[in-house]
Amino acid sequence: MYPIVEKRVLASNIKSVKVLAPEIAEKAQAGQFVIVRVDEKGERIPLTLVDWNRSEGTISLIFLEVGVSTRKLGKLERGEAILDVAGPLGCPSEIRNYGTVCVVGGGVGIAAAYPIARALKESGNKVISIIGARTAGLLILEEEMGKVSDELYISTDDGTKGYKGFVSDVLKMLILKGYNFNLVYAIGPAVMMRAVAETTRPYKIKTIASLNSIMVDGMGMCGACRVTVGGKTKFACVDGPEFDAHQVDFGELIKRQMFFLPEEKLALEKWESRECCK
Amino acid sequence: MSAAERKIQKKSVSMPKQNPEVRIRNFNEVALGYNEEQALAEAERCLQCKNAPCIKGCPVEIDIPVFIKLIRERNFEAAIKKIKEKNSLPAICGRVCPQEEQCQKYCTLGKVGDPVSIGRLERFVADWERERGFNIPEIPASTGKAVAVIGSGPAGLTVAADLAKLGHKVVVFEALHLPGGVLMYGIPEFRLPKVIVQAEVDYIRKLGVEIRLNHLIGRTYTIPELLKRGFNAVFIGTGAGLPQFLNVPGENLSGIYSANEFLIRVNLMKAYMFPEYDTPIKVGRRVAVIGAGNVAMDAARSALRLGAEQVYIVYRRSREEMPARKEEIENAEEEGVQFCFLAAPVRFIGDDRGWVKQMECIRMELGPPDESGRRRPMPVKDSGFIVDADTVIIAIGRTPNPIIQCTTEGLAVTQWGTIVTDENGKTNIEGVYAGGDIVTGEATVISAMGAGKRAARAIHEYLTGKA
Ligand SMILES: Cc1cc2nc3c(=O)[nH]c(=O)nc-3n(C[C@H](O)[C@H](O)[C@H](O)COP(=O)(O)OP(=O)(O)OC[C@H]3O[C@@H](n4cnc5c(N)ncnc54)[C@H](O)[C@@H]3O)c2cc1C
Ligand code: FES
Repeated sequence: MYPIVEKRVLASNIKSVKVLAPEIAEKAQAGQFVIVRVDEKGERIPLTLVDWNRSEGTISLIFLEVGVSTRKLGKLERGEAILDVAGPLGCPSEIRNYGTVCVVGGGVGIAAAYPIARALKESGNKVISIIGARTAGLLILEEEMGKVSDELYISTDDGTKGYKGFVSDVLKMLILKGYNFNLVYAIGPAVMMRAVAETTRPYKIKTIASLNSIMVDGMGMCGACRVTVGGKTKFACVDGPEFDAHQVDFGELIKRQMFFLPEEKLALEKWESRECCK
Repeated sequence: MSAAERKIQKKSVSMPKQNPEVRIRNFNEVALGYNEEQALAEAERCLQCKNAPCIKGCPVEIDIPVFIKLIRERNFEAAIKKIKEKNSLPAICGRVCPQEEQCQKYCTLGKVGDPVSIGRLERFVADWERERGFNIPEIPASTGKAVAVIGSGPAGLTVAADLAKLGHKVVVFEALHLPGGVLMYGIPEFRLPKVIVQAEVDYIRKLGVEIRLNHLIGRTYTIPELLKRGFNAVFIGTGAGLPQFLNVPGENLSGIYSANEFLIRVNLMKAYMFPEYDTPIKVGRRVAVIGAGNVAMDAARSALRLGAEQVYIVYRRSREEMPARKEEIENAEEEGVQFCFLAAPVRFIGDDRGWVKQMECIRMELGPPDESGRRRPMPVKDSGFIVDADTVIIAIGRTPNPIIQCTTEGLAVTQWGTIVTDENGKTNIEGVYAGGDIVTGEATVISAMGAGKRAARAIHEYLTGKA
């Protein structure tokens, strides 16, 4: 069991938990994730390691409540515990001094972008961050991202905060303004990462995306997470999660992500009807 | 009455099974096991051969005639004790071992009729004991030595049990959230009920073995770190879990699963009870399973139970070459699984949502035997044909889990990714041993256990300074 020692609500439906998991905290690196199973009947779901404190032995996770698993996780309060947390999983980000790096985070993906931006900053990069959400109320980690970035740009789809439009629009604007990025990191919904990849492609700026494919074991044993990168099949959980965004078949990823949507909806309806009978 | 006077019973006592029409609608165990009367009758058939040819067919050398004799004498407690001298997981082996190719293959009775059903008798006494509660053997005083076992499949569990019984401290590190390896995540409930696996695992825990779940070695700790943290030896039993794909166009369409994904969802995550359990599984009306081993049979039979109207096995060789156990092929046929031999998919075709709807196959013919001794399948020119399938399960094999090999500097590995060891499981790194599928490639439960036994012996000698 992995006790929750702190819990915060970051936006409606977006929550953050700090979990006691000393062995994982000890090893965690930017870009890695854990697999979480909330209870006996739960799914195994991947969640990015957002932060960790080796001396406290804690890790921080941020999640958007979308399906049953994240709703169940969101119901756990401080003092309660998660049944299973395995990790750290996946290959760490390749952190070194690239020069000027642009970190682009969309929606709850900002949570996954944060440790990477921080690590890049610590290794001497000039970090320009662009974070975006559908609307101002859903924007998370603005302050934290500000602290680890030399410049921070914000966009919202509806214009309630920062630039009106998509993070990729802001990126395009910065490139046109003459920013010379040595590397771009894109983390967020697949459509957003694809838009970022298409923005940087004509300029041949190396771009990395952290892929959020469906996972089951998260350890290379099932292939549910497979993605096509440069015409080859890769397992996001062990070969990734980070890949060269210009090589990723995002169309395939998006289609594969939708395969279980009807089942997820059904499960959520059943769960909600059980919950309200309690 | 002496053995010679005893009338030879050519036919073995058949074991009751769930009726096919009923069982394809549930995940309960298919084979129901002998009752006491049936077990006694079957045990009666044994000729008690002096030279015991059956023993040499058993990879862990169970004293088969003696345990059968004890059953005959209704001394079930002594019978199971006899088995457990050599095998810590009898209820499992009694269910999933390919006895027809091992002990039973050498049974003298097999020359004139059915061999003695040794596996069913093993299962009978193992179940008899479990229903009454296990006897825990006395554990000697601690030796002060500690061993880390990586992976809790049959190889790891065997090493753990054997070393714990010798007084060593054993900690098993398992990456998944439940112990048992393939026994938990691969082999379906209807062939091996999970409560039985967990009961056998609990027995091993009672021997003093600690099992730490959610620990992926290579990530949570590496092997050098385990050695530094006070473990005197390490055993690697991480299995062959990396699914192979065909590498043909369209293989990443939705609705195409590796057998491992399909079976992990169904068994480990209990997707057959979705939405009571949260993990979903989606099975269409026409399911094609590619491959014809045990894994393919398990996937095909699971798909039927999940409501598929038609399930067919597509295999590039013919019936004779199918690697699955005979009994399981028969069970699959009884349940209505169909077979399409001498065919291989070359491409999958999807709809506009990216879901598979058809596959193109080509006909194969068999040429001369290849390295495996089986006749090599060769494509027939211009023989392409289209088959409808809205779910495809790829069961063409699994290769070693690679994480340990990538994170243990200096560990000798073959070109197939298996770990190199001597016959006792010793690797090229001092104090590090390995066994089971990670060394042999995909094999069997009992061969993994045999490897575990030999490694346990070698580790014990190493720890006590005899090697
Ligand atoms: C569907 C299916 C059906 C089968 N049917 C039969 C049958 O009927 N009869 C038969 O004899 N054999 C059968 N087999 C084969 C048999 O199950 C295997 O040969 C046997 O389980 C191998 O045992 P093992 O201990 O080597 O590995 P496994 O059982 O594979 O166990 C390895 C364990 O190690 C864990 N692990 C892997 N990497 C790490 C790591 N880095 N850190 C920590 N833990 C790790 C895995 O999660 C797993 O739990 C079947 C296999 C499958 C897949
Ligand atoms: S999630 Fe199973 S292989 Fe990646």
